[in-house]
Amino acid sequence: MINLKINGFEVQVEQGATILQAAEKIGIKIPTFCYDDRFKPHGSCRICVVEVEGARSLMTACCIPASDGMVVQTESEAVVEARKEILDLILANHPLDCLTCEQAGRCTLQDLCYQYDMEETSYDGKRKSYEKDVSNEFYTADQTKCILCGKCVYMCSQVQNTDALCFVDRGFETHIGTPFEQGIAESTCVSCGNCVSVCPVGALMPKRREKYRYWEVDKVQTTCSYCGVGCQMELLVKDNKIMEVLPVKGHCNEGLLCVKGRFSFDFVSHPDRLKKPLIRKNGELQEATWDEAYDVIVNKIKEVKDHDGPDAVAAFSSARGLTEDNYLMTKMMRAVIGTNNVDHCARL
Amino acid sequence: MTNSIADIQTADTMFITGSNTTENHPVIGAQLKRAVKAGKKLIVADPREIEMAEYADVFLKIKPGTSVALHNAMMNVILEEGLEDKAYIQNTTEGFDELKKVVEKYTPEYVADICEVDAEDIRKAARLYGEAGTATIIYCMGITQHVTGTESVMTLSNLAMLTGNLGKAGGGVNPLRGQNNVQGACDMGALPNVFTGYQPVTNEAIVKKFEDAWGVKLSDKPGLTITDTVKAIEEDRVKMLYVFGENPMISDPDTKHVEKALKKAFVVVQDLFLTETAELADVVLPAAAYAEKDGTFVNTERRVQRVRKAVDAPGEAKPDWVIFMEIMNRLGYEKQYKDAEEVFEEIRQVTPQYAGISYERLETKGIAWPCPTEEHPGTPILHIGKPARGAGLFKAIEFVESEELGDPEYPLVLTTGRILYQYHTRSMTGKTEGINKIAPESYIEMNPELAKKKGIKDGDVVKVKSRRGEVQIKAKVTDRVEENVLFIPFHWSEGANVLTNGEVFDQFSKIPGLKVTGINVEKLA
Repeated sequence: MINLKINGFEVQVEQGATILQAAEKIGIKIPTFCYDDRFKPHGSCRICVVEVEGARSLMTACCIPASDGMVVQTESEAVVEARKEILDLILANHPLDCLTCEQAGRCTLQDLCYQYDMEETSYDGKRKSYEKDVSNEFYTADQTKCILCGKCVYMCSQVQNTDALCFVDRGFETHIGTPFEQGIAESTCVSCGNCVSVCPVGALMPKRREKYRYWEVDKVQTTCSYCGVGCQMELLVKDNKIMEVLPVKGHCNEGLLCVKGRFSFDFVSHPDRLKKPLIRKNGELQEATWDEAYDVIVNKIKEVKDHDGPDAVAAFSSARGLTEDNYLMTKMMRAVIGTNNVDHCARL
Repeated sequence: MTNSIADIQTADTMFITGSNTTENHPVIGAQLKRAVKAGKKLIVADPREIEMAEYADVFLKIKPGTSVALHNAMMNVILEEGLEDKAYIQNTTEGFDELKKVVEKYTPEYVADICEVDAEDIRKAARLYGEAGTATIIYCMGITQHVTGTESVMTLSNLAMLTGNLGKAGGGVNPLRGQNNVQGACDMGALPNVFTGYQPVTNEAIVKKFEDAWGVKLSDKPGLTITDTVKAIEEDRVKMLYVFGENPMISDPDTKHVEKALKKAFVVVQDLFLTETAELADVVLPAAAYAEKDGTFVNTERRVQRVRKAVDAPGEAKPDWVIFMEIMNRLGYEKQYKDAEEVFEEIRQVTPQYAGISYERLETKGIAWPCPTEEHPGTPILHIGKPARGAGLFKAIEFVESEELGDPEYPLVLTTGRILYQYHTRSMTGKTEGINKIAPESYIEMNPELAKKKGIKDGDVVKVKSRRGEVQIKAKVTDRVEENVLFIPFHWSEGANVLTNGEVFDQFSKIPGLKVTGINVEKLA
């Protein structure tokens, strides 16, 4: 075990743990843009720099392993000065359109500029200009907002393993693109949106169905309703409607989702949803009350049971329903109707 | 799954068969690709050159329906080369001698002809699996949706037991379950032969237990499976059918057959939308969607996880369990539940595997059953120490070719499955504009050689015929499939199930042989 001191607090961590992980352990937050515990650390954004006693320069907390006896300051004057300089340089090439930017409220750059009182850049130089890539059905890529932290590239290559995104060009011209610059729609992208979820600024944004701000939504954690992986996710809700779905680091999904879980939620509020019971009358399905529908069903069950016995009633339960729904369906069939004729599409 | 999702990524060798993982379980697919990049070995057996095949050390592009022969051949090589786990076989299994006798004739050369693959590749696969410190098997409907589906799963269990890969981390036999709560539906006894927790309806003591718990007399006669029900309606044995959240008009084999049955019986459908099945119903009930109710789903690794209400259901739609409760009440069974948690509390009482699970415990994270007590952490890996039934039973199984094949009028083999963008019968994904732009319509995958012979070009509309019916869809010319093999996804009404066989099933599980259908294809004049 390694013993070190951060901001005056003693902390003990396993061999190999980074300064960032040690700080996290005692609740000290060190800001990051490019760090994600699912990637190999690459220390490219430098915003996580900290002062280590005896070190010649500031060190990146996300890459440097904690060592025995280390004494670390995470918000010293030198650290704050360095972070402000980094933000100043990022802002030199980042539009200040927070009033209309859809990432506002979920933007790490906005949060850090607020934290370190950075209103604007002190540099006046060339600004990058790119056309927004809107070719994907579910998200847009705006390189003018990109801070080149590389999270999207590493997410795509190390975690999602689709290898659709990469760094293109060098120096000032560096930007995120797809192989041969053919646009996202022509790449190997599978629209999982995992790059969008980790983008710390507004460069990768979901295409919104309607307007909402991140501070306006309620978040509800639930389990995805598509395949059997059981990914955990958050539904972002405004005015009784799902606006967006974000991944949660659940036991089995490690914070990943696929295109269906992330983007295919429109069915919930679709106008074609059934809103009232329907009963077939004169060959047509017509709207009815619950009482009327229940009467028809209950009378039919009684009639079939009396005439042909309970085994003349059968049911298909649902692999998409709740466990609780399935339990009461099987109980209704077995305990109340009196038959074991209940199955579901496990075979289909 | 015998093992957990996190665990299968730790295996030294992964054998993926009959699972198009990156399209059907995309998040697991991503994780398995990462494992291969980190140096794990991969064997893939599938009739189509799926994305995982690109990552494989050995890819066996087998003819549909020949898995039993392939698994037997892998066991043949393992035994021939002494790669079996003798101690595991000796101490924990039975039926080994018979297995050995049966697999003897399944030499790689003999099976190479059956599966239409290279004998050396079978040897390589067997060695990769047999020599690995830990080897896991990951499979899906490509193994089970055959008239010999159950037997095919048994041969996979044989393979795992033969090499001592059962009941340990990094091993196991792992079916990836296709739907969000297919595991939970099975656990709840939405199967004709078992109550919750797989307690048989034919066991007197179990029936007594449920009679006491529910306060009623119960039938000990196993009920009908879905496929049997369709037949029973035709034969007037079933008069009323209650369909909850299913769309058999698209998902079940032989659409014409299903349609006839749905039109004949009195049908109640409870769903989110007026599906193809609901259109034929006598009564349709509006149900709440997953985001509109509290409850649980159980994922493919047996993990019970919470589902939470985020929005109100539209109009008068109700949670499904409320509808069932209200019908029960009207039929004279007076039990009332105030919420889903109270239903779950009753489930715990009657289901030993769920006894230790509560909503309170699920609040922070899901729990994998069996979980017998509130102190129990759950069970991510099954059969540790020894198989649950005591001795692991080897089942010696001979390969039998599907009867679908061999008809000169329908000489080509159709196989089916899902694609990444659509889900099941599209009742949910079909409502998202972007999804429909990427995957707008049904199609058939066809090898370039076959296309050339038939004068078909990519994008041409073709007529596909089987003994059951006919569809007209676009051809997608690709060497993903072999010359005599074709693929149609089942999501659309103009999809595979118009053609599949709805009469011949697996003798044990009654699963239809959806993955092998004899067809013919012609260019539309």
